[in-house]
Amino acid sequence: MDVVIVDTGCANLASVGFAFDRLGVSKTITQEPEIICAAPRVILPGVGAAPYAMQKLRERNLVDVLQNLTQPVMGICLGMQLLFENSEEGSLEGDVEGLGMIDGNVVDLDTGDLPSPHMGWNTLENLADDPLLAGITSGDHAYFVHSYAVPLSKYTLASSEHGSAFSAIIRKNNIYGCQFHPERSGKTGARILENFLKVSS
Amino acid sequence: MLARRIIPCLDVRDGVVVKGVQFRNHEVVGGILDLALRYRDEGADELVFYDITASTDARTISPDWVRKVSAVLDIPFCVAGGIKTVEAARARLEEGADKISINSPALTRPDLINELSDAFGRQCIVVGIDSYFDGEDYRVKSHTGDPDETKDTGRETFDWIIEAVQRGAGEIVLNCMNQDGVRKGYDLPQLIAARKICRVPLIASGGAGETSHFEDVFKRAGVDGALAASVFHKNILPIPTLKSELRTAGIEIRI
Repeated sequence: MDVVIVDTGCANLASVGFAFDRLGVSKTITQEPEIICAAPRVILPGVGAAPYAMQKLRERNLVDVLQNLTQPVMGICLGMQLLFENSEEGSLEGDVEGLGMIDGNVVDLDTGDLPSPHMGWNTLENLADDPLLAGITSGDHAYFVHSYAVPLSKYTLASSEHGSAFSAIIRKNNIYGCQFHPERSGKTGARILENFLKVSS
Repeated sequence: MLARRIIPCLDVRDGVVVKGVQFRNHEVVGGILDLALRYRDEGADELVFYDITASTDARTISPDWVRKVSAVLDIPFCVAGGIKTVEAARARLEEGADKISINSPALTRPDLINELSDAFGRQCIVVGIDSYFDGEDYRVKSHTGDPDETKDTGRETFDWIIEAVQRGAGEIVLNCMNQDGVRKGYDLPQLIAARKICRVPLIASGGAGETSHFEDVFKRAGVDGALAASVFHKNILPIPTLKSELRTAGIEIRI
């Protein structure tokens, strides 16, 4: 088994799993803490709303498990946002507390006059020199669907812009995140997942 | 910069892609997976599968091809047709559809939009609108899949766009029926007006025949994507040619 996909109860589990099938690597989709802890690499997928996703992780007793992982971990879309401390999403009830594995908050993306949600193929810009980005060129397109975003910070490996700039890819030590959907981003997305399978733990 | 999307729409009936001749007498165009991959390889940014089998019944299970498409496709796709409940939507999303699109069921019961948006987030809820210009106003029709079933809803198109977005639609596909299938160009006045009141992504549908139609609808109406069927199915306008011409015209396009 090459990679474990955390069953967050969100809807895009199947698509993320298929992306690894296409790469010819074996994957397991699970919510079992022991299997997640023992995995060589962990993917945290997610679509939908942060309050609901965090509730699911708490119900499944996965918060501590995820926070203590030392192997390479990648959050995808909402899964990436959950890695941070707080999110403005669901702010009627106040900010939602995330996993806090990376310092920083998730904010409502200021799209200016442009439509929201930010939906479609946008360019990856200002690429950092990182093994995750091997073979990726500034201006390559990735498929995004989101209304909230992680602002630029020292953890940003690539940025993108829709009304304002935000983090498209982040990394802090063994923890990685893609705001876009690599499983739906053609060759660019496949390459990033392939690179993730090669990063050293 | 966000690229403008080129979106082929495929009609699916009983597990194959068909081409309707006046709704009846469907001709089989090809297999779902073959065509999905062909369009992916040609550079489609997204695919819409309109399940015309489902529109006549109330199935809540996902058709088996949704999972197969998800397994082979590495671009996003949307499933439309016959989705009337949260359960029916969930089945398709769990099988790997990135978005689901609803049209007539939303007109019959507008609360469906709220329920879907609450359950899955607005980012995967598309509302399709069939709009007809009656000489004075743009009006919404429902059940347009079958000429015998098509109804006037009494709703004005722009009011319905505003309501659908307020209820939780994350994207609007505006199909301008007067132009549909004629290949004389998108309905620019209608789309320009719709763009002004639609704060979520807006997709133009109906009327594409040549590159200049796409150029006009992106430059003048500012839509996020352009959907077309026959012009792609009949290979009148190959997607690689279209995309390279649009890029030359200065439009942000993913090549």
